[in-house]
Amino acid sequence: MTVERPAAPAATRAGAERDPRAGEQTRIHNIGYRGYDGPRLGRAYARRSLYSQSLRGAYGLGRSAKSKVLPMLLFVVMCLPAGIMVAVAVATKAGDLPVDYTRYAIVMQAVIGLYVAAQAPQSVSRDLRFKTVPLYFSRPIETVDYVRAKYAALASALFVLTAAPLLVLYVGALLAELDFTDQTKGFAQGLVSVALLSLLFAGIGLVIAAVTPRRGFGVAAVIAALTISYGAVSTLQGIAFAQDSTGAVPWLGLFSPITLIDGVQTAFLGAGSAFPGGFGPSSGQGVVFVLVTLGAIAGCYGLLMRRYRKVGL
Amino acid sequence: MVRDTSVDDVTVIATESLSKRFPKVTALDRLSVDVGPGVTGLVGANGAGKSTLIKILLGLSPATEGRADVLGLDVASEGGAIRELVGYMPEHDCLPPDVSATEFVVHMARMSGLPPTAARERTADTLRHVGLYEERYRPIGGYSTGMKQRVKLAQALVHDPRLVFLDEPTNGLDPVGRDEMLGLIRRIHTDFGISVLVTSHLLGELERTCDHVVVIDGGKLLRSSSTRDFTQTTTTLAVEVTDTDEHPDGTRALRDALHARGMDTHTGGGLPGAGHILLLTSQGEETYDLVRDTVADLGLGLIRMEQRRHQIAEVFKDSDEQASTQDARKETAGHDG
Repeated sequence: MTVERPAAPAATRAGAERDPRAGEQTRIHNIGYRGYDGPRLGRAYARRSLYSQSLRGAYGLGRSAKSKVLPMLLFVVMCLPAGIMVAVAVATKAGDLPVDYTRYAIVMQAVIGLYVAAQAPQSVSRDLRFKTVPLYFSRPIETVDYVRAKYAALASALFVLTAAPLLVLYVGALLAELDFTDQTKGFAQGLVSVALLSLLFAGIGLVIAAVTPRRGFGVAAVIAALTISYGAVSTLQGIAFAQDSTGAVPWLGLFSPITLIDGVQTAFLGAGSAFPGGFGPSSGQGVVFVLVTLGAIAGCYGLLMRRYRKVGL
Repeated sequence: MVRDTSVDDVTVIATESLSKRFPKVTALDRLSVDVGPGVTGLVGANGAGKSTLIKILLGLSPATEGRADVLGLDVASEGGAIRELVGYMPEHDCLPPDVSATEFVVHMARMSGLPPTAARERTADTLRHVGLYEERYRPIGGYSTGMKQRVKLAQALVHDPRLVFLDEPTNGLDPVGRDEMLGLIRRIHTDFGISVLVTSHLLGELERTCDHVVVIDGGKLLRSSSTRDFTQTTTTLAVEVTDTDEHPDGTRALRDALHARGMDTHTGGGLPGAGHILLLTSQGEETYDLVRDTVADLGLGLIRMEQRRHQIAEVFKDSDEQASTQDARKETAGHDG
């Protein structure tokens, strides 16, 4: 179907550039349908593509300029205090960083909560609301691929958000010539802690977002779930502490995501607890915290699988 | 450029006693049908089981009993392989409004397993073939219904499938958009070499577009045959002539002359002006010649000689009447697709 003038033998791109008459001869060729004989990379590739697309999407990459603003802003807000601390530590030649690696995410939990609330609905509610999900499932990928790709993408995005400031702190600490062994150990403990936090928060955010197809509701619901649970737990802990029933303080920590992570790292990752009076869980109680954390992550995954099993065509 | 589709005897879809029962409803009831290459229409009222059938054929919903093959692959065990080679255009809206058609279709191409570069090239090609040009860089939210339908079609074709399922592709389109979509569907087979299974509850559309029509109702097969069978086995010619001084009743004169030459005729029924129209069953080219010669011999003026195609609707109506006794039963049971 390609119509070419005999005078323009094989109008190659190079020829078109060199030939001064090329302009007159340029015309739109109606190239007929061309089939595709190349490779079809299948299910695992599609899952990876969905993962990378979702991860990029969590920072607004590949999306409109407007959707880049919030995640990028939160990323900067997350890293800025770390930068300032490092600057101060280097300038004053302080003997230690003002905040522990493990404590940083606890201090910045509001920012993390906002990020989850904004990006979890962005990741899954849109597909449900605009009924794009059937288009995925009419392709090689299956429910399990979709859920894993989305879960892994949001958890990775959260890890980037929470680990980046730790990296800033670590690099800064080394520049300030603080003790290498100490800092490396603290940094590693911090990374384990934020990895757990990322998995837990991503799971909670996605489960809530997956049952609220309206994005606005999703955002509100995630914020509510994180702040109300934390508010309730820390209030109860405060009351328990004030009434001298310090034994109840650690157990109460099981009931909100951020105090759960706090408990795990207090027990096993050498962190100082943010619980009232510093009454973090003991190692024995810590096992319960770890189990509950892992259980919550597995539970979120299970709920997501169940949610999407029902979404057919 | 167009792929070889000469393998006409290959079966694209084959079902064998396929049934799907839900707790309260039987969506498909022992459906056995073979579909070859080309454009096949799947006709049925809402709730006849069309969508259920497509779900099973995509390997997304297990059949209660019976089996089905798509492109020679078993739907129960090779669903993934089928979905790699098949495209699906859903009936409902499925497009996010905040991305451009290009971004969306590229993403969907990658979900079908195309490498990044190929995904971009195929997207550009496919969007052009469905008739989207500069607007493909704008967010889909601003598109008209017709343009959205084209994007939906493009995402079903972008991975160059061997078969596409189009679920009610003309829904919500105005007459012009409908015609364009039907033309496009025709081209999917003739130009792109991709077989098509298109569902509709409008028979007239399928008559113009499809090579083959499968009619299902209440999950049962009513009829499966080529469009030619539906519309051309009993091609009827309608002939109208003028009266002349020599033959004051030209119609009658022609009828007698045709009878004399061994051709049966009948009048055009009870319609207005039917008395002036002769209907005769065409036996091919000779019939036309015979009529022409006879009219010329009599010195009459030939006003018209046209093919009266039987509409699929009539065939469907016949089937309906046959099935009407069963229908009465089914109405009470109620069904859902």
